[in-house]
Amino acid sequence: MQSFDAFLAMGGYAAYVWPAILLTLAVLLWLAWSSVARLRRTQKSLKALEALGVERRPRRRKREG
Amino acid sequence: MHFLANPGRFVRIADRVLPWVSALAVVLVAVGLYAGLVIVPADYQQGDTVRIMYVHVPAAWMAMFVYASLAAAAASGLIWRHPLGFVIAQSAAPIGAAFTFLALVTGSLWGKPMWGTWWVWDGRLTSVLILFFLYLGLMALVEAFDDPKRGQKAAAVLALVGVVILPIIKFSVDWWATLHQPASIMRLDGQTTIHASQLWPVLVMALGFTAYYIAVLLVRVKQQVLASRLRSLQLAAADA
Amino acid sequence: MSALGLARLLLRRDLALAWRQRGQVLLAIAFFVLTASLFPFAIGPDPNLLARLAPGILWVAALFAMVLSMERTFQADFEDGSLEQMVLAGLPLPILSLTKALVHWLSSGLLVTLASPVVALTFSLPPQLYLTLLASLALGSLSLSLLGTIAAALTLGARRGALLVPLIILPLSVPVLILGVMAVQAEALALSATPHLLLMGAFFLLLLPVASFATPAALRQALD
Repeated sequence: MQSFDAFLAMGGYAAYVWPAILLTLAVLLWLAWSSVARLRRTQKSLKALEALGVERRPRRRKREG
Repeated sequence: MHFLANPGRFVRIADRVLPWVSALAVVLVAVGLYAGLVIVPADYQQGDTVRIMYVHVPAAWMAMFVYASLAAAAASGLIWRHPLGFVIAQSAAPIGAAFTFLALVTGSLWGKPMWGTWWVWDGRLTSVLILFFLYLGLMALVEAFDDPKRGQKAAAVLALVGVVILPIIKFSVDWWATLHQPASIMRLDGQTTIHASQLWPVLVMALGFTAYYIAVLLVRVKQQVLASRLRSLQLAAADA
Repeated sequence: MSALGLARLLLRRDLALAWRQRGQVLLAIAFFVLTASLFPFAIGPDPNLLARLAPGILWVAALFAMVLSMERTFQADFEDGSLEQMVLAGLPLPILSLTKALVHWLSSGLLVTLASPVVALTFSLPPQLYLTLLASLALGSLSLSLLGTIAAALTLGARRGALLVPLIILPLSVPVLILGVMAVQAEALALSATPHLLLMGAFFLLLLPVASFATPAALRQALD
């Protein structure tokens, strides 16, 4: 088994491998986080309006598209 | 499909499924990364740079898979009038763009130590670049209208036009690349030396990315459904 | 009046409009020539280099010039209500869309094609390649006009439409660009340009049904 230092060094290609892996994780985590954050904001606004006792307009049967 | 047509029911199902899919995504990606970075030995010719393959190839697959599913959702909205078709398509676009972006950047990071240059106009990378622009066009089109529903519908039409022309783009770009590249250039997925036993983490990563896609898609679609509900409440409040 | 009769009316009216606004039309051609003329400043006046790069440069300049005029395809008619009138009068949207594409091609693609040998001359492109150049631009611009109607219809009424049409069209026109340039390059290498031209024709034929579905769908969204 490699030592941890050897693992980090990635055979000399550390400058390429680690940014690739870390960037992937960073982008995917950021996208997930921002999607959830946006959802929470919408849920909060929705709860606030519903608490005020606002009722939905009766849905007109509008044909889609 | 019609089972999922009711937005309210969709949200309830999404709420139940989401924790499992998210957990699945985390586990699969963790296993895939551990396998790709630790377990699998370095490649004989490419050394440790081959480990970039474990994020690059799945990302490229996802870039195309997301587009295909986005187009299917668009079709279901336009042709079969599925109420959630447009919403799903709109929600999927940024995820696809993210995977495409990752495929491009990791491809570049893989290419530099391999071929000595940050970018190569080979068939695969160039096609992915054009796919990236298609995603950007979709996202820009959605945002260009005051009425969000109009933007969604327009993007759905564009998605379908794109899916028809995409194979032709791929074909013409591949042809163009082979005419302009020396025959000795190795393809980025290293088909010459990589042994099958090194490939299984790619599959695990691909499955993990797919689970991730479903999870984030569910979150984004739920947000759109709730936002639409919010808009109608705001309208009703304004009326009152 | 029959649908085709209405289409003929629309064609005549739009061509008359284009003629009345021929300044605008000529501006697009001028833009084509201007864009192409920038390249010698950018890459140097060496005739061999220019001749070698001419097919690509001419094609990119033609692409830009055509994209410029695409946005306005439906704009005026949409804004003053004529679009709706035409639909109500019984002109089917697919025929309307194809007529608009034809008008765009006649007032943009065709003219750029006809202007290309003059520009090719300044790039020292060998004269025996002119015919292939004309064929490639003529065929390619047909597809571009179709793509243009789709993009113009999709962005109708968009508030931030400025760069939207080019962003939509340019990725989709890559096959046309590649095939168009390769056709001339093939001829230059004494190979046949015919397969490329045939493929461009096939692409156009494929786009016909695509545009006939997509443009009406987009127009309906704008008119609703």
